[in-house]
Amino acid sequence: MSDVQSRGSGSDSAPVLEARGLSRSFGPVEVLGNIGFGLKAGEIHAIIGENGAGKSTLMKILSGHLAPTRGDILLDGEPVRFSGPVEAEARGIVLVHQEILLAPDLTVAQNIYLGREVSRGLTMNDRAMNEGAAEAVRSLGAALDPRATVARLSIAQRQIVQIARSLLVPHRVVIFDEPTASLTPHETEALLRVIGDIRAKGVGVLYISHRLPEVKEIADRVTVLRDGRLVATHASAELQPADMARLMVGRDVAKLYPERHAERAPEPVLRVEEFTVPGHAEAASFTLNKGEILGFAGLIGAGRTELMEGIVGLRPGHGSIHLNGASARFPSVHASLKAGIAYLSEDRKGKGLLLAKDLATNLTLAAVERFRRGIGIDRRRERAALDTAIRDFDIRTGRTDLLAGQLSGGNQQKLLIAKMMLLDPRIVIIDEPTRGIDIGTKQQIYSFIAGLAAEGRSIIVVSSEMPELIGICDRILVMRSGRIVGEVAGERMTEDEIVVLATGVETREAA
Amino acid sequence: MSTAAPTAPARPRVAREIDLRAVAPFLALALLLVLGTLANDNFLSIANLTNVITRSAFIAIIAVGATYVISSGGLDLSVGSMVAFVASLMILFLNSGTIADPTTNLLAGVVLAIVIGALCGLANGLIVTLGRIEPFIVTLGTMGIFRGLTTWLSQGGAITLRDRDVQSLYRPVYFGEILGVPIPILFIAATAALAAFVLYRTRYGRHLLAVGSNEDVARYSGLPVGRVRTLAYVVQGLCVAVAVLLYVPRLGSTTATTGTLWELQAITAVVVGGTALRGGVGRIWGTVCGAFILEIVGNIMLLSNFVSEYLIAAIQGAIIIVAMLVQRSLARRS
Repeated sequence: MSDVQSRGSGSDSAPVLEARGLSRSFGPVEVLGNIGFGLKAGEIHAIIGENGAGKSTLMKILSGHLAPTRGDILLDGEPVRFSGPVEAEARGIVLVHQEILLAPDLTVAQNIYLGREVSRGLTMNDRAMNEGAAEAVRSLGAALDPRATVARLSIAQRQIVQIARSLLVPHRVVIFDEPTASLTPHETEALLRVIGDIRAKGVGVLYISHRLPEVKEIADRVTVLRDGRLVATHASAELQPADMARLMVGRDVAKLYPERHAERAPEPVLRVEEFTVPGHAEAASFTLNKGEILGFAGLIGAGRTELMEGIVGLRPGHGSIHLNGASARFPSVHASLKAGIAYLSEDRKGKGLLLAKDLATNLTLAAVERFRRGIGIDRRRERAALDTAIRDFDIRTGRTDLLAGQLSGGNQQKLLIAKMMLLDPRIVIIDEPTRGIDIGTKQQIYSFIAGLAAEGRSIIVVSSEMPELIGICDRILVMRSGRIVGEVAGERMTEDEIVVLATGVETREAA
Repeated sequence: MSTAAPTAPARPRVAREIDLRAVAPFLALALLLVLGTLANDNFLSIANLTNVITRSAFIAIIAVGATYVISSGGLDLSVGSMVAFVASLMILFLNSGTIADPTTNLLAGVVLAIVIGALCGLANGLIVTLGRIEPFIVTLGTMGIFRGLTTWLSQGGAITLRDRDVQSLYRPVYFGEILGVPIPILFIAATAALAAFVLYRTRYGRHLLAVGSNEDVARYSGLPVGRVRTLAYVVQGLCVAVAVLLYVPRLGSTTATTGTLWELQAITAVVVGGTALRGGVGRIWGTVCGAFILEIVGNIMLLSNFVSEYLIAAIQGAIIIVAMLVQRSLARRS
């Protein structure tokens, strides 16, 4: 298929799952063309590529969610056609979805056994299911109460439940779709160990991720997709993360983080003192300067998001806030937006955008009063604003009449930034700005953020990706269990320093 | 993740599907007109059709308000009882003779009905938003309260408009015509046009659909979610009041059973009109069309001999289920 294909390390055995000339078109557009590669038992095979490269389409075809337009899937050398994901699963191919698909009101065990409940006569055998669920979760290196309601779990814990649920069926091939996208370094490490264990049992693992160092760490072989084509398959020993990025993007992306402006004298614009969000953040105090990018690091559940939500009036909280020297209180988002503080939620799809509405409606939602003509809304000016936003923020959409839900994650994030910038905020709080976004778009988001700061706006970035915080921030505050436990800047802005503060444990021998 | 590429070509299909769902009620209406013509020669006469539309006015106008509540993600079960309550208070006021001049008296009565309707809606809205209680439960409660108050006001009997002067002054509002068009039809058109303008063209309408579509997004965008939701119930109350303004001159009397089950007919009209019960989408003209469909089905049953007219409620119940099935199958084509 691909002439640059090289033999991977792994065993010499025949592939358990093989793709031959797989293609998929939607209407006249071919999103996947002539893909061929093999997955061996007992190997971890990473599939990397930018958004829109065709990774998800490929995964959907291999797991039976989509039928290929052309080409074959071979299982143990035999061509197979899946009528749907149920049949693929019956043949031992399971997909661990990126999005968390659990019933929030049911317990951990009820979710894991949903649709395959264990019965005892006429009633369900709850004890067996609770024990089985606890065991399944334990085998993933986590400790969760099987009777806990899923709604009360963190995102990372929900992911564990989701993986446990997928692995409950007998499986030969497991496909992970960006499993670490919302995990902290610790949780990621634990998950990678779990995936290594799965490989050790002789299962073939297909692993999709944007995090290239992680791919380098665990994958045996790496297949790179770009624009629906297979660029190369290499043994991962032969590739450095920078090589992977170059193959994905098709150009050099060495400069992921933008050049930052020269130092300026600190000029405080926002001072938060002893701010408490009950149950989440305790007596947090910090100062944000003009033109500064201030990072908030910490583990998931450390209270960073909740603190920000408390400050902008999305959650009840108390403490003192000084904006440009004057005391301020924001009882609602409306009030904080009016004062020039915009908060961009980490939950783009759930809290940031109306996925079922068009782009213009989403863009102007928070600033719709600026588009009034008489008592009506001026649609023409709205459309003009959309054109401007598409240009300014490089929102890649073929057409302007798409729904927000039809954009890729990166473009959704750009739209969300454009939406909030319509309000011309002086302070922008961005929560997880690049979660689930490919490397090319990340670079753009970072340069937008740096550009906003260069315009004299002040930025707070909440992120679980430490390299990103270190790459773009002037200072980083670290939170642990609801408290701000330290600040790192300059020379001390390293992952080690942050991890020590975030966990409260000296994890490295060299201290 | 890679949604951008595949969705671009999928878009035309989505567009067609949305159109189809918006058009479906009108197609159904056209089909009914054909059926009606086949069933009875008199059906398609102007006289019969204007008569049918006139009679649909109460439900159509109330359902326009229900479209607001439902597209905001709420529900109002109290509208039927609210009609009885507002109409009773209006008639009692007109009977009280507080104002001697019949014209002034009537105008005051009209204003009173509108204010009471708005207040009833406001009560529903505030209990839902401030009390953080499910709209279903709240309006189930107020449904009982309005009904009970009406029964108490009428002491179990009827409340009848007694003033002859007011009666003769007011009667044309239901039975009169302007340029050959019955006034209730003009009421429907005006209410729907105004409601469509506000819902589709104004900031409030945009906010309402955003709240119904995803309340979290609305909240994080700084919209006054509570106020937007409350106002939807006030709009519903105002629509009920407008319906009362037509109802009182028609019968001139209310009883404890006035408006019984109208809430279900209004919800049926909204759903048949293509508005999703989960909120976020509102189709005002579809709703009006839905109300016509309900009335026309009844009319065809009266004019034809296929089915007993006693089965009207059953047929209307079947219509809502069929409408949902059609919507579902249209949605599935994506």
